[in-house]
Amino acid sequence: MAVIDLANPTRFLRFVERVLPWLALLTLLVFAIGLYRAVNAPDDYQQGATVKIMFLHVPAAWLGMLGWALMSIAALGTLVWRHPLADVAGKAAAPIGAAFTLICLITGSLWGRPTWGTYWVWDARLTSVLVLFLLYLGVLALYWTAEDPGRGARAAAVLTLVGAINLPIIKFSVDWWNTLHQPASILRMGGSAIDSSILWPLLIMALAFTLLFFTLHLAAMRNEILRRRVRALRLMQAQQFAEARP
Amino acid sequence: MSFAQEAGFIVAAYAITAFVVAALIAWVVLDHSAQRRILDDLAERGVSRRSQRSEG
Repeated sequence: MAVIDLANPTRFLRFVERVLPWLALLTLLVFAIGLYRAVNAPDDYQQGATVKIMFLHVPAAWLGMLGWALMSIAALGTLVWRHPLADVAGKAAAPIGAAFTLICLITGSLWGRPTWGTYWVWDARLTSVLVLFLLYLGVLALYWTAEDPGRGARAAAVLTLVGAINLPIIKFSVDWWNTLHQPASILRMGGSAIDSSILWPLLIMALAFTLLFFTLHLAAMRNEILRRRVRALRLMQAQQFAEARP
Repeated sequence: MSFAQEAGFIVAAYAITAFVVAALIAWVVLDHSAQRRILDDLAERGVSRRSQRSEG
């Protein structure tokens, strides 16, 4: 099957039905390995055992941002090419991205208390991630409250593209401003600053969370396509009913 | 900080993450069965897509 064939919703549904069980199985397997490595990872010399929170916090932060990046690409597809699957992809990614951003905020707060002595500070990194979460809620509100799904989708796409400006702000906030949050320690010039005994469990957990994200995203896209079919059929039924009336 | 205090933060972080992930999975699974049920119900009442009618 060529990639372009997946642009057809019916073919896409067939592809999802085939791929989803295997993807879910792979996600479970990588999570089992990641959690085993995370539990057995050594304590950090400064942070002690609380470094284990990093195995949740960092992947959740990455996926919160990845979710918005995906939604931004989908928003372009909705506004420029008006492709129905682009809107389906954007709408399906929003609650998942919001959930991962929430996990990032909560685990960061629980990690901050023993490490920094506070649950929250209004510094650039924490505030910009909170803004990302609020943007997610805004997009969800547009999708869920619009009476006309088409108008809701276009409004959500515009908000998504405007909100994309927040992604580089989150990424570079630790370099541009004086923040309590540490600077980049994995993807940085000169290589990772993290010891391999902690870095590997982190990378495996990041892969597991990424697989989980795509498993949920494909399943949510399938549900959204089915929901649109239900809507179309109900409209058709109402039309037939109206035509049959004397 | 004692290990017991550290453990409290770690357990809370993992428990909340597990809860949010479980909620996401439940949402996807329940939503799927709900949409399928509605589509089957519509098909039973003879409301189906043209492509499905031609297949049947």
